Amino acid sequence: MKARVFVTLKNGVLDPQGQAIAHALGSLGFDGVNDVRQGKMIEIDLDAADKAAAEETLSAMCEKLLANTVIENYRIEVL
Amino acid sequence: MKAAVIVFPGSNCDRDMEVALTEAAGQPALRVWHKDSELPEGLDVVAIPGGFSFGDYLRCGAIGARSPIMNSVVKFAERGGLVLGVCNGFQVLTETGLLPGALMMNAGLKFVCRDVHLRVETTESPFTSAYGNGGVIRVPVAHHEGNYITDDETLAVLRGEDRIAFTYCQPDGSHGGNPNGAMADIAGILSPNRRILGMMPHPERLSDSALGGTDGKLLFRSLLDTPVPA
Repeated sequence: MKARVFVTLKNGVLDPQGQAIAHALGSLGFDGVNDVRQGKMIEIDLDAADKAAAEETLSAMCEKLLANTVIENYRIEVL
Repeated sequence: MKAAVIVFPGSNCDRDMEVALTEAAGQPALRVWHKDSELPEGLDVVAIPGGFSFGDYLRCGAIGARSPIMNSVVKFAERGGLVLGVCNGFQVLTETGLLPGALMMNAGLKFVCRDVHLRVETTESPFTSAYGNGGVIRVPVAHHEGNYITDDETLAVLRGEDRIAFTYCQPDGSHGGNPNGAMADIAGILSPNRRILGMMPHPERLSDSALGGTDGKLLFRSLLDTPVPA
């Protein structure tokens, strides 16, 4: 089963990389960029009985390793 | 004082730490490989050194924090053992949850490698007792992710409980000199029982006059004066 995990910074956490991207877009002439936040997407191929079981395992993975829940949120998408 | 240094693949300050601890303790510090599941018996201090554990893949310190030895380090800390995390070691300690907050990428987006000045914010800890309160020391930083962040509530607790050990400052101790954008200029923090210290700057790199300074040495000397928990 294939899944995607999106890990993003929580609201209010300063994102220097996102700010650098926003500046770069501005200097390339892309006007109207209000804000940029950068995160990561992790693709996982795993064995699971069904979608619910996969989601449960992936949540545990996020809590234990994939996300630092002090500063990051995660979202799971089972394909 | 019996000390051990945890070694991860990618650690690169482990030998400096070993030398600083050995000199302070008067007996050889041990090196413990991260795959070991148990710490040696009778330790007083465990140090987690700087470097790039597991290449800092995923997040700095994230994979190191899940190494087999870290379960033992957490238990050691819960028994009141002394734990020092420097640089990548600080990142590992936040990833294990032994210290609050997280270390984000430097606000300037660049790796910063230079001496900085720190104000000793409290001498009420096993790591800072040999310093003068409010004194200014010079030690180097070398990191890309040292931008300390936590929520406002935790920051208030850290302040209220006098758990901010070091802050970045100017050479004369005045405000400024923050190399990474860290919240409240925080360079190092203590655990609630004050026996765990995480800090981004490297005291072990200026703990011998041959290295250009000895301001870091007092941190290791402070440990000598600390009573061992019952």
